[in-house]
Amino acid sequence: MSENLSYSAKGEVANLVQRRTKFERLKIALSKAPFSAWFGMIVLFIYFFAAIFAPFIAPHGEAEIFPVAYAPWGDGHIFGTDQIGRDIFSRIIFAARNTIGICLIATILALFIGTVLGIIAALDRRYVDQILSRIVDTLMSIPVMIFTFILLSVFGPTNLNLILILGILESTRFFRISRSVAVGQVVLEYVEVARLRGEKLSYIIYREILPNIASPLIIEFGLRFIFIIFTISSLSFLGIGIQPPSADWASMVRENAILIQYAQYDITAGLTPLIPAAAIALLCVSINFVVDWYLYITSGLKDDVK
Amino acid sequence: MPGDFATEILGQSATKSAVKALRAELGLDKPPVTRYFEWLGNVFQGDFGSSFSGRSKVQGDQGDRSREVVGLIIPRLKNTLFLTGVCALFAIPLSLILGISSALYRNSYYDRSATGFSLVTVSSPEFFTAYIFILLLATLFPVFPTISNVDENTTLIERFYRTALPVFTLTLVTLGHMMRMTRSAIINILSSEYIEMAKLSGASRYEVVVKHALPNAWAPIAQVIAINLAYMLIGSVVVEYVFNYQGIGRLMVGSVYNRDLPVVQACALIFASTYVILNLIADLIGIISNPRLLYPK
Amino acid sequence: MMSNNNKKGDLLLTIENIKIDGFSDERWHKIIKGINLTLNRGEILGLIGESGAGKSTLGKAAMGYTQPGCKIISGKVIFDGTDLAKLNEYEKRKIWGTKISYVAQSAAASFNPAHRLMEQTISAGNRMKLDTSENLKKDAIELYRSLQLPEPENIGSRYPHQVSGGQLQRVMTAMAMSPRPELIIFDEPTTALDVTTQVEVLSAMRKIVDQFNTAAIYITHDLAVVAQMADRIKVLRYGEEVEEAETREMLSNPKEDYTKSLWSVRSLIKPEETSDNMMLSIRNIDAAYGSSKVLHNVSIDIPKGKTVAIVGESGSGKSTTARVVTGLLPQLKGNIIFDGEKLPPKLENRTREQLRRIQIIFQMPDTAMNPRQTVDEIIGRPLEFYHGIKGKERENKVIELLKMIELDESFLDRLPSELSGGQKQRICIARALAANPDLIICDEVTSALDQIVQEGILKLLQKLQKDLGVTYIFITHDIATVKAISDEIVVMYQGEVVEQGLKSKILNPPYPDYTELLLSSVPEMDPDWLTNLLNKRSL
Repeated sequence: MSENLSYSAKGEVANLVQRRTKFERLKIALSKAPFSAWFGMIVLFIYFFAAIFAPFIAPHGEAEIFPVAYAPWGDGHIFGTDQIGRDIFSRIIFAARNTIGICLIATILALFIGTVLGIIAALDRRYVDQILSRIVDTLMSIPVMIFTFILLSVFGPTNLNLILILGILESTRFFRISRSVAVGQVVLEYVEVARLRGEKLSYIIYREILPNIASPLIIEFGLRFIFIIFTISSLSFLGIGIQPPSADWASMVRENAILIQYAQYDITAGLTPLIPAAAIALLCVSINFVVDWYLYITSGLKDDVK
Repeated sequence: MPGDFATEILGQSATKSAVKALRAELGLDKPPVTRYFEWLGNVFQGDFGSSFSGRSKVQGDQGDRSREVVGLIIPRLKNTLFLTGVCALFAIPLSLILGISSALYRNSYYDRSATGFSLVTVSSPEFFTAYIFILLLATLFPVFPTISNVDENTTLIERFYRTALPVFTLTLVTLGHMMRMTRSAIINILSSEYIEMAKLSGASRYEVVVKHALPNAWAPIAQVIAINLAYMLIGSVVVEYVFNYQGIGRLMVGSVYNRDLPVVQACALIFASTYVILNLIADLIGIISNPRLLYPK
Repeated sequence: MMSNNNKKGDLLLTIENIKIDGFSDERWHKIIKGINLTLNRGEILGLIGESGAGKSTLGKAAMGYTQPGCKIISGKVIFDGTDLAKLNEYEKRKIWGTKISYVAQSAAASFNPAHRLMEQTISAGNRMKLDTSENLKKDAIELYRSLQLPEPENIGSRYPHQVSGGQLQRVMTAMAMSPRPELIIFDEPTTALDVTTQVEVLSAMRKIVDQFNTAAIYITHDLAVVAQMADRIKVLRYGEEVEEAETREMLSNPKEDYTKSLWSVRSLIKPEETSDNMMLSIRNIDAAYGSSKVLHNVSIDIPKGKTVAIVGESGSGKSTTARVVTGLLPQLKGNIIFDGEKLPPKLENRTREQLRRIQIIFQMPDTAMNPRQTVDEIIGRPLEFYHGIKGKERENKVIELLKMIELDESFLDRLPSELSGGQKQRICIARALAANPDLIICDEVTSALDQIVQEGILKLLQKLQKDLGVTYIFITHDIATVKAISDEIVVMYQGEVVEQGLKSKILNPPYPDYTELLLSSVPEMDPDWLTNLLNKRSL
């Protein structure tokens, strides 16, 4: 009796999904992006542009010293000069290169170490998982900033040490998140299918699991990037992070903090130390905006319809 | 920053023998591993050792003015606990109210402005917030002091007045974090099936929140509070530095400059153990409030 | 409140031309496209349809409720004289939980984990001050008792996680009944349960609804279940009504082709055959997850080129047996002989050739395919991996396989999310075939699919067996599927084999006790089935 039904597998109605290329999807997502996301993306673009082309944009050199220390705004120096007569505006631009560069490398290092170990732990679930998880628990039980602080005071605050220490300490976060997301994926049958087929570990990690846990990792990357900027900035502010003569926003805040006392007489003097601090804040706000937007589109968490 | 306490205190020009003698006295000539375990053994007996600093720079001066680390730390620890305690008193209730209310009125203008504001505060480093407060409330309108110097003789009222700006800074910074985390914890619970069931059985908005969502929210909220208290503690290092407040963070930073290792170790240990204890408390509350763990099958 | 003044036969609920839209994928879709519905007091209406039919949305709309992301576009929901669609939240809350109550599919997720069962059972009555708390509790205990819950006096002091799924579902029925509503919405209340538990829950629900003469809307995808519960049945498809009739009328004389197709799988039958050549022999296997042992001395023989169905409820060990055969869970003791040679227990120790010859197809095609890979990659990988076929040749071979499963090359660059459930399962079949295996393990391959799609998949599997001579192990809990496809049957219960034999032997008396219980619990397309069964069992 079912013969008179014109059923065919091909004709079966699939989900109402329009086929779109990745580029088309990106275009649609961008066209619907809220103001905050656009703001974030544009600001980030400016920061990265400044970081890459710093020597061409900055009017003066990074360590170039002018005769007048604490020169006022304007007059050849947009934001004046610092305590030993260096052009503040130029240093802010060079600092973009140093701070963003170091933080980005540390974050990428952390992402790489944490993700690979996290997926391996998720796949193994026995000794490897136990050992790695316990190590990570121990590392995470000590606050990152205090730990970095101690290690830097022991090994010396070079940029390389800064990157290595933060890269390793922060990899614990990526380990946790990639492990927990991957554990959810590993039990899914498609991973079992790959294992049953006899695929190698590297194929399973890179081809099967990684593409499916990319979204939470990208979000974590954004958040960790902010955290590393904060940690390095706090350390530099305390004088143990990025070392002079490299320009760095947080160090500039500390070096020029004294100017705040003169705000009553010259408001621009009071603002001078706040500008590099605001540069950090603006960068972090922008990353947060973009991360929030990305979270919104990937989680499919749509607002309630009232 | 190469060198150790001995070279630092005697200066680069000191003779090798003088440096060697001081090192031997401080035990810096022993291998680091030995030094670490000796220190660890003593810590378990409540002895954090003696601070390096305070020793005489002058050869031949027999008076040892170095101080016991414990004696150095206790008053500073009290100061830090005072600062963070006052901040917690403000930040916790405020952020819970803000977080829960913006979760309830999700996507309203109230929610949008609250989350927007908190986004800016969590994106600002502590020193940025601190200097804005200094600029506004200490220089342009000199209401509060820039330097928060307190000692044992400072009265409580005076103490509040002098620590006003560090308290504002630290409260504002943790407030944003705590509010955002509370908000998402509540939203997470509100989207569960038993909440829909409660709505379908006629529960009012108030009842849904107080009777159905909150009992399940204690664990995540406790987690949020503990994480943020820990965060506050770490944040206090920078804030104490900015306001030159004589707390344990300020002590640690100063001791790193002097390469005063016993003090740095002791401070770090205190930070780390407080952090561990706070996280333990959060886990404990999580267990207590979960009937699954409390009443096994 | 214990008395019931409802006059049977009066009009209770009318839904007039209701339209509901839902928001997903950045735009509005029509979920319900104008449906009319009437329900009299004391009457039970069955809403039946496959996934995406909108039956659950319609059921909730009968309360004036729409899920977040959905909205009522037009139409009226007149309950006892008031239009629920026009009421505000506050007014609706006075009706929900007291006059209309709701029983959800997943009891485990729908109970608040932080409160005891009694507290939740009487919460609606307490809120509306229908009676004193004491009396409500007494009444709840009586309800627990009539729902045949164990220890009715004490079960209320437990937390949701402390009772089983079937019991929880009955507690939820008690909770719905506690304020003596005029209407209860049952939303797939037995779908997540095993058949033997389902019978208990069904009979308890039917008894209590009869007892208080409550009107009900019963939502399900299982026609045999709805036949036991409903006075009238309405069939839905794609948010529209297909037909509506009295239950007996609907069963004996369905008008629409679609309705007929809903139980067409039951018309599929395979003549049994057997063979003395064994493809696979499982010998005295024990297996455990951690410290809990789940298989006890299991022995099963699978004849070459034939289909052996392994039947059992959840916890019977049927899926674990499959995992042991594939090597995902190495056995503690015993042997697996595959085509005359002993298989190493561990996956890592098996040769690529051994892996190739045994393939598995899973229950959920959604999770069995990598959501980021296209059909071409999914089917092409085993071709490349096992047979070294690359490039143009690989693509041709993939197309050939697609044709074998009745699809074509237009599917090559689709992602799994762009396929329907049946198409996904077909791709999984093609992936298994790409390895050119001798044995395919089908683990509940049709249970996540709609009836009409199930039939198509089963026919395809039969055809492939005829053409390629492949052997199947068919793991399922569904007796209808077993009848349709198997040559031999293995019945499992709590990790042990109850019996194994030819289909004709197992499905006909005399039965061992458990087989009897299992077979008799499978709902049949007969409105009197449950009544007869309960009469028989109470004898």
